[in-house]
Amino acid sequence: MNPGSRMPESSAPPSPASGTVPSAAPSATSSPASSAAPSRDPGTAARTVLGEADIARALTRIAHEIVERNKGAADLLLLGIPTRGVQLAHRLAERLAQIEPTFSGEYGTLDVTMYRDDLRRQPTRAVGQTVLPGSLDGTIDDKVVVLVDDVLFSGRTIRAALDALNDLGRPRVVQLAALVDRGHRELPIRADYVGKNLPTSRSERVRVRLADVDGGADSVVISEVASAGVSTGSTGDASTASTGESEATL
Amino acid sequence: MKHLLTTQGLSKDDAILLLDTSAQMAATQSRENKKLPTLRGRTVVNLFYEDSTRTRISFETAAKRLSADVINFSAKGSSVSKGESLKDTALTLHAMGADAVVVRHSASGAAHQLAHAGWLDAGVLNAGDGMHQHPTQALLDAFTIRRHLVGNVGDDGRGPDSSVGADLAGLRIAIVGDVLHSRVARSNVYLLHTLGAEVTLVAPPTLVPVGVETWPCRVSYHLDETLEQWQPDAVMMLRVQRERMSGGSGAFFPSPMEYSRKFGFDARRLAVLPDHAIVMHPGPMNRGLEISAAAADHPRSVIVEQVANGVAVRMAALYLLLAGDDSTGSTSSNTGSTSTDERIAL
Repeated sequence: MNPGSRMPESSAPPSPASGTVPSAAPSATSSPASSAAPSRDPGTAARTVLGEADIARALTRIAHEIVERNKGAADLLLLGIPTRGVQLAHRLAERLAQIEPTFSGEYGTLDVTMYRDDLRRQPTRAVGQTVLPGSLDGTIDDKVVVLVDDVLFSGRTIRAALDALNDLGRPRVVQLAALVDRGHRELPIRADYVGKNLPTSRSERVRVRLADVDGGADSVVISEVASAGVSTGSTGDASTASTGESEATL
Repeated sequence: MKHLLTTQGLSKDDAILLLDTSAQMAATQSRENKKLPTLRGRTVVNLFYEDSTRTRISFETAAKRLSADVINFSAKGSSVSKGESLKDTALTLHAMGADAVVVRHSASGAAHQLAHAGWLDAGVLNAGDGMHQHPTQALLDAFTIRRHLVGNVGDDGRGPDSSVGADLAGLRIAIVGDVLHSRVARSNVYLLHTLGAEVTLVAPPTLVPVGVETWPCRVSYHLDETLEQWQPDAVMMLRVQRERMSGGSGAFFPSPMEYSRKFGFDARRLAVLPDHAIVMHPGPMNRGLEISAAAADHPRSVIVEQVANGVAVRMAALYLLLAGDDSTGSTSSNTGSTSTDERIAL
């Protein structure tokens, strides 16, 4: 039931290349809190900023914060945004069920593809699945909705998600949980629950890797992206969907 | 995908993408608010040179559910009746800024001509051209078959559709009736074959086209034999197109009564089929000729559901044709650093 797993993964993401962008020293040193020592892959400018244990701890803390902020888990509905937000919502739901025995452990997925503001700038994207937990009877009216995404960047995905929610009903409250907030907002949107604030430069790419989506261990990796121009190649084949979907940086 | 003109040559991946997208579109259509903002600001022209009720309304509904603007153009009451050519009509639509043109025309190849003659830069969707192709009808038929026979949505068609991503491998589908005049049959034969299904055409010899041996299907002249021995999973009845049978070509069968007895689908023939089999008809039906009222209204009949699925399939086709980047990089290169960043980001 993971809609993301069906999505065609980008076959050729722009390869991380060191070069024209000076290595982002300030951001590299400004996040020392992580217990996973920042490590660099030889040859590429990628470094791991969160490891498996860090991600697990962050999710556990967010689960507690959600219960604390909402004084329990009544009417709580977690909605993950594909691809990786769905997995994160699943993990949060498991934790919430442990903390709050009254919580059902259910979560849903909210596909925002058809609400994006950049559809005309991109090759056609595959439409994902929106699934609400069966117990809801198709309505989210008066629920406390917590949107779950992996990386909060420009805020445009969340704007699209708010529009998508609006078409599903009228929740009492909408909150946002993001594993990583990397800044560079383009809209007046903020997260209510953040796993880690990660100062980045715009030229960097933040990738969240989750074991159940990507295989391997959970991690959050920052890498350099070759600067402007290279990525315009993404407009080439309009029939393949979602170039860069696997990067999930927005 | 820039145009959707034919199912012949449509790749299996594209076909499954269309069906999967249709499934997501169908899911949005059970909501209270059925409208999506996806194609806001886009203009879809319905260019209908032939009479049509369900296809035109279906395309119009689909476009409106995606928030596109719809302009309906039917040949009757337009400049076509004053003698305007397809080319001049196309140039007019181009000047008005149409983003997609849904065309139905009595001439086979009209849609292809419209797409490739350079008159228009809009996407072209073939809504039926002569006796050639009707791709969205075949897609909605395949979608209906997949939901019922692969996805097990149940008799009322309301269960969860578990067939996303699947093809139709191993299914047997009989297409029965006026194959000669049927663009629906042609589109279905190629699409169902691409999706892995086996197809048998059943028709009197006079209604089987010349050259059918090159199609990826079998041909039978005997309905009862096919139903009993081959046990199809779905039976698709075709309309006897009496409007195309007049003129010099004369009669194709001795009498409607005889046609109905040999090739009409009724409750007796339905009883021969396996329990899971479904009955389909692209509409409009000639009740009493190719299908009896008892069969058309039977619980195994999915004819009404086909119409509902038609909207979802056409939404998917419009989405896949129109939603993406329609330039080829020329406009995106000068929109500044933000767009570059975004392309990386997304």
